[in-house]
Amino acid sequence: MRFGGLTAVRSVDFTVNSGEIVGLIGPNGAGKTTFFNCLTGLYVPTEGTVAYQGKVLPPKPHLVTQAGIARTFQNIRLFANMTVLENVLVGRHTRTKEGLWSALLRGPGFRRAERESEARAMELLEFVGLAGKRDHLARNLPYGEQRKLEIARALASEPGLLLLDEPTAGMNPQETRAAEELVFAIRDRGIAVLVIEHDMRFIFNLCDRVAVLVQGEKLIEGTSDVVQADERVVAAYLGEPFEGEPGAAEAAEVEAAETADSTEGEAR
Amino acid sequence: MTDTTLQSPAERGPLPLPPAVARPLIAVGAVGTIASAFMSWTWTPDFPGNLTIYGYPAGLQILALVAGALTLLYALALWRVKGLGWLNPSDATSPVFLTSLSAFTVCWFTGIAIAVDLGGLVNLDPGAYVAMVASALPVIGALALPHPAPGTGVKGYLTKPEQPRHGTLAPLAERLVVTVGTVIGLVIFTYGIGINDDDSETFIGFLLVCVFAAWGLVHSGLLDRYSAMSARHKGFAAALALLAAVAFPFTQSDDHNANIGVNILIFATVALGLNIVVGLTGLLDLGYVAFLGVGAYAAALVSGSEYSPLHVQFPFWAAALTGMAASLVFGVVIGAPTLRLRGDYLAIVTLGFGEIFRIAVNNLDGDSGPNVTRGPNGITQIPDIKLFGFNLGDAHTLGSFTLGRFANYLFLMLIATAIVVAVFTRAADSRIGRSWIAIREDETAATAMGINGFRAKLIAFALGASLAGLAGTVMAHVNYSVNPQPYQFAGAAPPNSAFLLAAVVLGGMGTVSGPLLGASLLYLIPEKLQFMQNYELLTFGVALILLMRFRPEGIIADRRRKLEFHETGQLDVPAQTTLSDGATVAKAGA
Ligand SMILES: Nc1ncnc2c1ncn2[C@@H]1O[C@H](COP(=O)(O)OP(=O)(O)OP(=O)(O)O)[C@@H](O)[C@H]1O
Ligand SMILES: [Mg+2]
Repeated sequence: MRFGGLTAVRSVDFTVNSGEIVGLIGPNGAGKTTFFNCLTGLYVPTEGTVAYQGKVLPPKPHLVTQAGIARTFQNIRLFANMTVLENVLVGRHTRTKEGLWSALLRGPGFRRAERESEARAMELLEFVGLAGKRDHLARNLPYGEQRKLEIARALASEPGLLLLDEPTAGMNPQETRAAEELVFAIRDRGIAVLVIEHDMRFIFNLCDRVAVLVQGEKLIEGTSDVVQADERVVAAYLGEPFEGEPGAAEAAEVEAAETADSTEGEAR
Repeated sequence: MTDTTLQSPAERGPLPLPPAVARPLIAVGAVGTIASAFMSWTWTPDFPGNLTIYGYPAGLQILALVAGALTLLYALALWRVKGLGWLNPSDATSPVFLTSLSAFTVCWFTGIAIAVDLGGLVNLDPGAYVAMVASALPVIGALALPHPAPGTGVKGYLTKPEQPRHGTLAPLAERLVVTVGTVIGLVIFTYGIGINDDDSETFIGFLLVCVFAAWGLVHSGLLDRYSAMSARHKGFAAALALLAAVAFPFTQSDDHNANIGVNILIFATVALGLNIVVGLTGLLDLGYVAFLGVGAYAAALVSGSEYSPLHVQFPFWAAALTGMAASLVFGVVIGAPTLRLRGDYLAIVTLGFGEIFRIAVNNLDGDSGPNVTRGPNGITQIPDIKLFGFNLGDAHTLGSFTLGRFANYLFLMLIATAIVVAVFTRAADSRIGRSWIAIREDETAATAMGINGFRAKLIAFALGASLAGLAGTVMAHVNYSVNPQPYQFAGAAPPNSAFLLAAVVLGGMGTVSGPLLGASLLYLIPEKLQFMQNYELLTFGVALILLMRFRPEGIIADRRRKLEFHETGQLDVPAQTTLSDGATVAKAGA
């Protein structure tokens, strides 16, 4: 994935198996969020493909969600002026199909579908612990609950893979603990979870596997122990220079890309 | 409020009068205002409304009477007079202030208008002086009452006081209240529309009283309570509103007001269609009136008018479907390429489309292009609609009532409006409506939740277009003719795109009643204030700026928007019924 001359994510091969919790860590600006955006079709990758259950996904967000990958956002993106329940109902969009006509005619099928959606949404709100706030506006929820609501909304689309972008950012230790429990509970529902996080305790407690992204490239992937022991990871976080620095190659790459791009204008 | 003597100075109003003076001042002033309405205000009947007769209030005097009575009622409610507590659920002092302002403004406006219109203060009769003095007293008295929101200065009188949680009544009682409210609404509307077109003074007085009295009612919490009630009996309230609209022509002795009524209804219906596009989906459409035009022209072409190049006459239902289909096609053609993009592209393209439509229709006159629309002459002599053997052009008598041509069309248009209202409410509260609102809120998140943004936007856009087309088909017949002139971006009279958008924004985006109210106001004000004709667009612009500054969510705020624009930290907790209320409900239900 390139933005003009900046290569944000480059040749990251990555597989998540079903029933797994996988962590994705890396210093700020490493390209983790960009990687998520590529996966979910919000960015069209300059090169490369995303496959889910053996099928290559088109880079269209709604088709990706339809296929079974749901996500949350690093900077919470709820529908601020909709109620908590309505937010989750929007998440059900891909799993229901009532169109305009059935909404206008309000036949029994429509009513049944609405009832089922609502029951399903309430169940999810119960699951994340927000059932008591169904009629509050999303904007009025405290921060931690907004994160939970975002997860409930994502779960409403009945995903096989859930992508969480920094689910504990800004949370206190108790809330982080609760979030950990929540992720385990989600996994127990048979949903694979790929989570970005800066909180190492959280990641190493939670994840079966951890991948480290540095400057858009995957540095290492393995179990918590392997990753924790790797000195390049420490170096990447602490900003020490180290051998085999990908920066040099990166710099050359960027220069090449810049000269290539300047001919066709800055394409941001 | 009973122990006013204990109030610290900070909680007192800005005027340092003891309560023992303030209260009688209000009462005497209010009674005096009422009494003045029965006196002569000027010597000559030249002033609109004939304010010369003792004992018979007319025009502005009736308004002064109503405003004075409201002031008195609110003052008595504040003094705990038995049986009036329901008037002021929030127990605030500001309703007295605001209703006294309504009396004050209308009396002083009348006095000044008489002096200016007729040239000099000599034209004022004693009644006018009594009215002006008497109406000023309650304002002074109200300013000496305990301050509604201590520590906020004058602003405290204008910001809505804390509202108590409203209880519920027995369902039957609530329905009765809704019925009474609807009847009052019909009376007010009928009075406003019935003001002579030359009586600008009376209409301005009417607006003044309405604005301040409504403001007072909002502060008292009465309107909140009422709207909560009608929300609980949605179907009943809607049926009543329809009934009231049907009853409207029966209250009119001549067809002129029915003509205004049907035009308001057309305008309001189109505004409601636009509300789907703008209010729900958040798409800025600056050329919406063109879809009304497409519908009108389509209906005119198949109406059997001898000036239509197509010499066919469709029955009305087929013409209506043709109009809707034509608008739908145009909606899709405009929407398909632009709705893929985000941002303001749509606004620019629709603005362009609106102008292209008008210019194209002007040019398809046989000279500069094929003769389809007869250019600026338009298609005239559109025959009246025949429905089930009824010719809508003929007057019909029903008992002692005579229903003229426009009354007939009013009934037809009511059906169209009811359809649009049903479409709006049903679509809004469904999977597709939620996806529209989600797109309005955050399109990126909406697509990430699996909504096909382009598809949902196109459906909203096309639906809005076809509803406008439906209204257009009736409009073509009501006006006997279609011509390009009304279908412009901005003009001095509705409907045009700017007015439609203003009706939606003024009334309240995303609501049903908002655009209906906004459209009524925006139609009636230019209609009744003919003297402003040359400054209309200027006034319109200034009014819009003020609106955006002081009440961006419109007159009737969507529950969501209200919280968005006036963040006061309160949580949006739905009203809960207390135990005792629940018991009453159960009892009444049994
Ligand atoms: N739309 C965009 N246009 C241009 N550059 C972008 C865009 N999105 C991301 N970038 C750049 O790509 C790089 C990677 O950003 P990204 O947001 O993926 O980092 P991150 O790993 O999520 O960081 P953090 O931990 O701070 O969230 C950054 O240098 C960022 O500035
Ligand atoms: Mg990030």
